Amino acid sequence: MPEQSPEDRCKNFDEVPLGYTVELAQREASRCLQCKKPACRQGCPVEIDIPAFIRLIVEGDFVGSAQKLKETNNLPAVCGRVCPQEAQCEKFCILGKRFEPVAIGRLERFAADYERTHGEVNLPEIAVDTGKRVAVVGGGPSGLTLAADLAKMGHRATIFEGLHTPGGVLVYGIPEFRLPKAIVRAEVDFVRRLGVEIEANQVVGKTITVDELLETFDAVYIATGAGAPVFMNIEGENLNGIYSANEYLTRVNLMKAYRFPEMDTPVARSRKAVVIGGGNVAMDSARTARRLGAEVHLVYRRSRVEMPARDEEIHHAEEEGIEFQLLTNPIRYLGNEEGWVTGAECLRMELGQPDASGRRRPVPIEGSEFVIEVDTVIVAIGNQANPLVPASTPGLETNRWGNIVADEETGKTSRDGVFAGGDIVTGAATVIEAMGAAKRAARAIDRFLRGEGKKL
Amino acid sequence: MYPIVKKQRLAPEVLLLEVEASRIARKAEAGQFMILRVDDPGERIPLTLADWDRERGTITLIFQEVGVSTKKLGLLNEGEAISDCVGPLGHASEIGEYGTVVCIGGGVGIAPIYPVARAQRAAGNRVISIIGARNKNLLFWEDKLRAVSDEVLVTTDDGSYRRKGFVTDVLKQLVDGGEQVDIAYAIGPVVMMRAVSHLTMEYGIHTVVSLNPIMMDGTGMCGACRVTVDGETRFACVDGPEFDGHKVDFVGLMKRQQMYLGQEKEARERMGHCRAERDA
Repeated sequence: MPEQSPEDRCKNFDEVPLGYTVELAQREASRCLQCKKPACRQGCPVEIDIPAFIRLIVEGDFVGSAQKLKETNNLPAVCGRVCPQEAQCEKFCILGKRFEPVAIGRLERFAADYERTHGEVNLPEIAVDTGKRVAVVGGGPSGLTLAADLAKMGHRATIFEGLHTPGGVLVYGIPEFRLPKAIVRAEVDFVRRLGVEIEANQVVGKTITVDELLETFDAVYIATGAGAPVFMNIEGENLNGIYSANEYLTRVNLMKAYRFPEMDTPVARSRKAVVIGGGNVAMDSARTARRLGAEVHLVYRRSRVEMPARDEEIHHAEEEGIEFQLLTNPIRYLGNEEGWVTGAECLRMELGQPDASGRRRPVPIEGSEFVIEVDTVIVAIGNQANPLVPASTPGLETNRWGNIVADEETGKTSRDGVFAGGDIVTGAATVIEAMGAAKRAARAIDRFLRGEGKKL
Repeated sequence: MYPIVKKQRLAPEVLLLEVEASRIARKAEAGQFMILRVDDPGERIPLTLADWDRERGTITLIFQEVGVSTKKLGLLNEGEAISDCVGPLGHASEIGEYGTVVCIGGGVGIAPIYPVARAQRAAGNRVISIIGARNKNLLFWEDKLRAVSDEVLVTTDDGSYRRKGFVTDVLKQLVDGGEQVDIAYAIGPVVMMRAVSHLTMEYGIHTVVSLNPIMMDGTGMCGACRVTVDGETRFACVDGPEFDGHKVDFVGLMKRQQMYLGQEKEARERMGHCRAERDA
């Protein structure tokens, strides 16, 4: 797929991959073998009829292709961009055994983009109104998917979103250059047009509680994500210039600090930034800091093969000149009199025996301390469950990490009529997995609302 | 959108806005804050709630026009609206039967100390309020505090009204004069809250302060507001904003508050240019 050159894109927040032209899309689509028993479908958590939408591209019915996608996936332009297809649909593509798998994600993106940019987006069929009302806590990918699916089934869903804009990680976390916010807005508008109401600025647990919601709604779905940042709790971590990735990305993506002072939210003007971590959030943070003009070092305690980030993201980061300091771990931060960070003291690591996660455990090399001079540090070592909803909902069972305990197939929690899905249940995972959980919960809530709940 | 139903100037650069926000009004408790975004290019800023009216569904915000966001907020008139209001956020003040409670409000901190004093009085405590400002012009709500306090002591830095001196001078006189103080609340500039905490530490009076670090979301998802309390990192928006004043690292807090000074100045200057151009 054509993309912006690394030299150009380092200076802007425009999308990196430019998308397929009609010709490229049709050429790629025609590679699909249209398997009788398509293996690719088992890899898609939102159950897209992959051969069918690809066939419509071959036939030139691009809008029809988008509608086919939207039969099961409410956010195809998002998924086509941010899904790790190599671990999902494309992993199972039969062509992948000997050749490149069909570029399912890119084709999904093409069809969704085509529909959005070529006239009216049509609505699917919506079932007869059941009069049942469902409150959805959190307007991220899981909440949006569930609300949209329930709306199609004839129920009335209202999303309660804590921030001023719905979208969750799609608007505050994933940068503009990977997922333009205009596209998120368009897909959220599609969900609204299905009849879903979205109430922004509602922090459930503070503004209103789950129990209060249950007074007027027939069921509640909790999808508040894993939005609480993890710090390392090492010396100097509260110095000025040290951010959680959540804060850094929210300032830049949601608040558009990259357009300061045209936008009111500021962000550090870094000369040299260090990003701690090796996941997608670390790559997003590093590439964001690069676009804001910094020289960026990515510090990761294991080696390249253990990095949890997608290969494509690592590759893009390298192309953009992010310097990787692998097998390295910060042990403390140094600061000046005014309280600004000036250096990250790190240790070199080597890999020992595999740990519980199956990855080889990093072991510090004694006496290997060295200092990287920096003016900005972005800590991207993970997120955990935000306790606001569990803490304000008596009887809602959580595990020892604070995640809500919910049935994997139905999303049922320990509270009657309360369902949960996405990162608040699984811990930080992917957008598409959160959407898959929502699809399953939507079916269970539908059964519950139709009075079959007790028979489950 | 959150319409402004009342606007009142309390002092030069200090404004009161009453805003329709029924969900926040219904839940608000003393000590809690809210986050607002004036308009679309706007940033999210925290303001501690000064008052609320559950029946009318309104909240009262009092702020000093110091930066771009508060200046923009000050330009809004009755009938106009604030783009986003979120809350109530943070923990409510711990209200209990302590005996004698001293509520100290400094500068614009006089506003959020009012609901604390009211709630402590309603719980049966003897409430002594100490309020102070740089000069007479910056004082407000003395009458409102009198209505919820057993005693109100007012001071000005320059002596232009009542006493001359800081709120700490008044507190010291009070305690040295034999007043048995069971708990103290202080809300105001960090230097003031620190001075109060230092003083009460000597006297062994438990002291609660309401911290005002930089915030963004206000719901615990970013850590911009992190402060060190008793050697541990806490997020003021969800763990506070009230903490034990004897355990707060005030120096660290003051340094973190300075983080965007340069950019704040730049934004103010830019706003000045825009207004000058528009007025020309």
